[in-house]
Amino acid sequence: MTKEEIVRKLPYTDPFLFVDTITEVSQKHITGEYTFDENLDFYKGHFVNFPITPGVILLECMQQIGLVSLGIYLLRDKDFDLKSNSTVAMVENEARFYKPVFPNEKVTVISDLEYFRFFKLKSKVKMLNEAGEIVCSGVFSGILKPGDAKS
Amino acid sequence: MSQDIYPKLKEIIKPYLPEDVNPDAISPESHLVTDLNINSTHLVDIVLDVEDAFDITIEDDELDKMETVNASISLIEQKLAMR
Repeated sequence: MTKEEIVRKLPYTDPFLFVDTITEVSQKHITGEYTFDENLDFYKGHFVNFPITPGVILLECMQQIGLVSLGIYLLRDKDFDLKSNSTVAMVENEARFYKPVFPNEKVTVISDLEYFRFFKLKSKVKMLNEAGEIVCSGVFSGILKPGDAKS
Repeated sequence: MSQDIYPKLKEIIKPYLPEDVNPDAISPESHLVTDLNINSTHLVDIVLDVEDAFDITIEDDELDKMETVNASISLIEQKLAMR
Protein backbone atom coordinates (compact mmCIF):
# COMPACT_ATOMS: atom_id res chain seq x y z
CA MET A 1 0.00 0.00 0.00
CA THR A 2 1.43 3.39 -0.99
CA LYS A 3 1.35 6.46 1.24
CA GLU A 4 -1.05 8.12 -1.23
CA GLU A 5 -3.43 5.17 -0.98
CA ILE A 6 -3.55 5.54 2.80
CA VAL A 7 -4.73 9.15 2.46
CA ARG A 8 -7.30 8.15 -0.16
CA LYS A 9 -8.70 5.48 2.14
CA LEU A 10 -9.27 7.89 5.04
CA PRO A 11 -12.99 8.21 5.82
CA TYR A 12 -12.86 12.01 5.98
CA THR A 13 -13.23 14.80 3.49
CA ASP A 14 -13.36 18.57 3.43
CA PRO A 15 -14.07 20.27 5.87
CA PHE A 16 -12.84 17.58 8.24
CA LEU A 17 -9.83 15.99 6.59
CA PHE A 18 -6.68 17.02 8.45
CA VAL A 19 -4.07 15.00 6.57
CA ASP A 20 -2.15 16.33 3.53
CA THR A 21 0.48 13.64 3.14
CA ILE A 22 1.91 10.60 4.84
CA THR A 23 5.69 10.83 4.76
CA GLU A 24 6.81 7.60 6.47
CA VAL A 25 5.02 4.42 7.42
CA SER A 26 6.00 1.05 8.87
CA GLN A 27 4.43 -1.63 11.07
CA LYS A 28 5.30 0.40 14.19
CA HIS A 29 5.41 4.00 13.10
CA ILE A 30 3.84 6.67 10.91
CA THR A 31 4.49 10.32 10.17
CA GLY A 32 2.37 12.75 8.23
CA GLU A 33 1.89 16.44 7.56
CA TYR A 34 -0.89 18.95 7.43
CA THR A 35 -1.05 22.69 6.77
CA PHE A 36 -3.81 24.63 8.49
CA ASP A 37 -5.11 26.89 5.73
CA GLU A 38 -6.08 30.31 7.04
CA ASN A 39 -9.45 30.02 5.30
CA LEU A 40 -10.59 27.09 7.45
CA ASP A 41 -14.04 27.90 8.77
CA PHE A 42 -13.34 27.53 12.48
CA TYR A 43 -10.85 30.40 12.47
CA LYS A 44 -13.85 32.75 12.07
CA GLY A 45 -15.01 31.78 15.55
CA HIS A 46 -11.90 30.68 17.45
CA PHE A 47 -11.21 33.30 18.58
CA VAL A 48 -12.92 36.57 17.68
CA ASN A 49 -10.16 38.85 16.33
CA PHE A 50 -7.53 36.21 17.19
CA PRO A 51 -7.58 33.14 14.93
CA ILE A 52 -5.81 30.18 16.51
CA THR A 53 -6.25 26.47 15.84
CA PRO A 54 -8.57 24.86 18.42
CA GLY A 55 -6.99 22.14 20.58
CA VAL A 56 -9.69 19.67 19.59
CA ILE A 57 -8.74 20.15 15.94
CA LEU A 58 -5.08 19.45 16.78
CA LEU A 59 -6.17 16.25 18.54
CA GLU A 60 -8.27 15.32 15.50
CA CYS A 61 -5.31 15.86 13.18
CA MET A 62 -3.10 13.73 15.45
CA GLN A 63 -5.69 10.98 15.45
CA GLN A 64 -6.29 11.03 11.71
CA ILE A 65 -2.57 10.58 11.07
CA GLY A 66 -1.40 8.76 14.18
CA LEU A 67 -4.23 6.27 14.64
CA VAL A 68 -6.50 6.03 11.61
CA SER A 69 -3.84 6.26 8.88
CA LEU A 70 -1.62 3.81 10.76
CA GLY A 71 -4.56 1.45 11.28
CA ILE A 72 -5.41 1.54 7.57
CA TYR A 73 -1.82 0.57 6.80
CA LEU A 74 -1.75 -2.23 9.39
CA LEU A 75 -4.99 -3.69 8.04
CA ARG A 76 -4.00 -3.23 4.38
CA ASP A 77 -4.40 -6.93 3.58
CA LYS A 78 -7.74 -7.28 5.34
CA ASP A 79 -11.12 -6.46 3.91
CA PHE A 80 -11.90 -3.34 5.89
CA ASP A 81 -13.14 -0.18 4.23
CA LEU A 82 -13.80 2.74 6.55
CA LYS A 83 -16.05 4.29 3.92
CA SER A 84 -18.38 1.32 3.69
CA ASN A 85 -18.05 -1.68 6.00
CA SER A 86 -16.48 -0.44 9.23
CA THR A 87 -16.04 2.62 11.40
CA VAL A 88 -13.55 3.95 13.90
CA ALA A 89 -14.07 5.62 17.24
CA MET A 90 -11.71 7.56 19.43
CA VAL A 91 -11.66 6.00 22.87
CA GLU A 92 -8.91 7.62 24.90
CA ASN A 93 -6.60 10.54 24.66
CA GLU A 94 -4.29 11.92 27.23
CA ALA A 95 -2.62 14.94 25.76
CA ARG A 96 -0.66 17.98 26.76
CA PHE A 97 -0.43 21.16 24.72
CA TYR A 98 2.78 23.19 24.61
CA LYS A 99 2.55 25.68 21.72
CA PRO A 100 -0.21 27.39 19.77
CA VAL A 101 -0.75 26.67 16.07
CA PHE A 102 -1.66 29.73 14.02
CA PRO A 103 -3.33 29.91 10.58
CA ASN A 104 -1.09 28.73 7.70
CA GLU A 105 1.22 26.76 9.98
CA LYS A 106 2.36 23.36 8.80
CA VAL A 107 2.58 20.59 11.37
CA THR A 108 4.17 17.16 11.41
CA VAL A 109 2.57 14.31 13.33
CA ILE A 110 4.70 11.39 14.52
CA SER A 111 3.10 8.28 15.92
CA ASP A 112 4.80 5.27 17.55
CA LEU A 113 2.59 2.24 18.00
CA GLU A 114 2.24 0.76 21.46
CA TYR A 115 -0.09 -2.04 20.42
CA PHE A 116 -2.79 -3.00 17.98
CA ARG A 117 -4.81 -5.85 19.44
CA PHE A 118 -8.44 -6.89 19.21
CA PHE A 119 -9.01 -3.88 16.91
CA LYS A 120 -7.79 -1.40 19.51
CA LEU A 121 -4.89 0.74 18.40
CA LYS A 122 -2.89 2.57 21.05
CA SER A 123 -0.08 4.90 20.11
CA LYS A 124 2.22 7.61 21.43
CA VAL A 125 1.60 10.61 19.21
CA LYS A 126 3.28 13.98 19.00
CA MET A 127 2.80 17.02 16.82
CA LEU A 128 5.68 19.29 15.84
CA ASN A 129 5.59 22.74 14.25
CA GLU A 130 7.88 23.80 11.43
CA ALA A 131 10.54 24.90 13.90
CA GLY A 132 10.58 21.31 15.20
CA GLU A 133 9.06 22.33 18.53
CA ILE A 134 6.56 20.00 20.19
CA VAL A 135 3.08 21.48 19.93
CA CYS A 136 1.20 18.65 21.56
CA SER A 137 1.98 15.13 22.70
CA GLY A 138 0.01 12.33 24.22
CA VAL A 139 -1.14 8.77 24.24
CA PHE A 140 -4.13 8.05 22.03
CA SER A 141 -6.26 5.07 21.35
CA GLY A 142 -9.03 4.24 18.98
CA ILE A 143 -11.06 1.21 18.13
CA LEU A 144 -12.19 -0.26 14.83
CA LYS A 145 -15.78 -1.39 14.68
CA PRO A 146 -16.68 -3.72 11.86
CA GLY A 147 -20.15 -2.90 10.54
CA ASP A 148 -21.66 0.56 10.25
CA ALA A 149 -21.65 2.97 13.17
CA LYS A 150 -25.17 2.14 14.33
CA SER A 151 -24.78 -1.62 14.57
CA MET B 1 -6.95 -23.38 40.77
CA SER B 2 -9.90 -21.10 39.94
CA GLN B 3 -9.99 -19.99 43.60
CA ASP B 4 -6.67 -18.24 43.00
CA ILE B 5 -7.66 -16.81 39.65
CA TYR B 6 -10.93 -15.20 40.74
CA PRO B 7 -9.56 -12.62 43.23
CA LYS B 8 -6.75 -11.73 40.86
CA LEU B 9 -9.17 -11.26 37.98
CA LYS B 10 -11.44 -9.15 40.15
CA GLU B 11 -8.58 -6.78 40.92
CA ILE B 12 -7.79 -6.52 37.20
CA ILE B 13 -11.42 -5.67 36.34
CA LYS B 14 -11.97 -3.09 39.11
CA PRO B 15 -10.16 -0.08 37.58
CA TYR B 16 -12.13 -0.46 34.34
CA LEU B 17 -15.57 -0.33 35.94
CA PRO B 18 -17.64 2.74 35.12
CA GLU B 19 -17.99 5.12 38.07
CA ASP B 20 -21.59 4.12 38.68
CA VAL B 21 -20.81 0.40 39.03
CA ASN B 22 -19.84 -0.75 42.51
CA PRO B 23 -16.88 -3.19 42.63
CA ASP B 24 -19.05 -5.38 44.88
CA ALA B 25 -21.23 -5.99 41.83
CA ILE B 26 -18.55 -8.27 40.39
CA SER B 27 -19.55 -11.90 40.75
CA PRO B 28 -18.50 -15.09 38.94
CA GLU B 29 -21.68 -14.87 36.89
CA SER B 30 -21.17 -11.25 35.82
CA HIS B 31 -21.21 -10.50 32.13
CA LEU B 32 -18.48 -7.92 31.64
CA VAL B 33 -20.36 -5.86 29.08
CA THR B 34 -24.04 -6.23 29.92
CA ASP B 35 -23.80 -6.55 33.73
CA LEU B 36 -20.73 -4.51 34.55
CA ASN B 37 -21.08 -1.97 31.72
CA ILE B 38 -17.46 -2.32 30.67
CA ASN B 39 -16.97 -0.90 27.18
CA SER B 40 -15.26 -2.74 24.34
CA THR B 41 -12.03 -0.77 24.62
CA HIS B 42 -11.68 -1.52 28.32
CA LEU B 43 -12.37 -5.16 27.55
CA VAL B 44 -9.20 -5.08 25.48
CA ASP B 45 -7.33 -3.47 28.40
CA ILE B 46 -8.57 -6.21 30.72
CA VAL B 47 -7.38 -8.91 28.31
CA LEU B 48 -3.96 -7.28 28.05
CA ASP B 49 -3.72 -7.01 31.86
CA VAL B 50 -4.78 -10.66 32.19
CA GLU B 51 -2.04 -11.67 29.75
CA ASP B 52 0.55 -9.84 31.85
CA ALA B 53 -0.75 -10.98 35.23
CA PHE B 54 -0.93 -14.67 34.31
CA ASP B 55 1.84 -14.70 31.72
CA ILE B 56 -0.39 -16.15 29.01
CA THR B 57 -1.33 -15.16 25.47
CA ILE B 58 -4.93 -14.76 24.42
CA GLU B 59 -5.48 -14.95 20.68
CA ASP B 60 -7.39 -12.30 18.79
CA ASP B 61 -10.30 -14.64 18.10
CA GLU B 62 -10.64 -15.58 21.76
CA LEU B 63 -12.00 -12.26 22.99
CA ASP B 64 -15.54 -13.68 22.89
CA LYS B 65 -14.44 -16.38 25.36
CA MET B 66 -14.05 -13.68 27.99
CA GLU B 67 -17.61 -12.42 28.06
CA THR B 68 -18.32 -13.41 31.67
CA VAL B 69 -16.11 -13.66 34.75
CA ASN B 70 -16.59 -17.45 34.83
CA ALA B 71 -15.80 -17.85 31.14
CA SER B 72 -12.65 -15.76 31.62
CA ILE B 73 -11.55 -17.95 34.53
CA SER B 74 -12.03 -21.08 32.37
CA LEU B 75 -10.02 -19.57 29.54
CA ILE B 76 -7.22 -18.55 31.92
CA GLU B 77 -7.19 -22.05 33.48
CA GLN B 78 -7.03 -23.60 30.04
CA LYS B 79 -4.13 -21.32 29.03
CA LEU B 80 -2.24 -22.03 32.27
CA ALA B 81 -2.66 -25.78 31.74
CA MET B 82 -1.23 -25.47 28.23
CA ARG B 83 1.98 -23.85 29.38
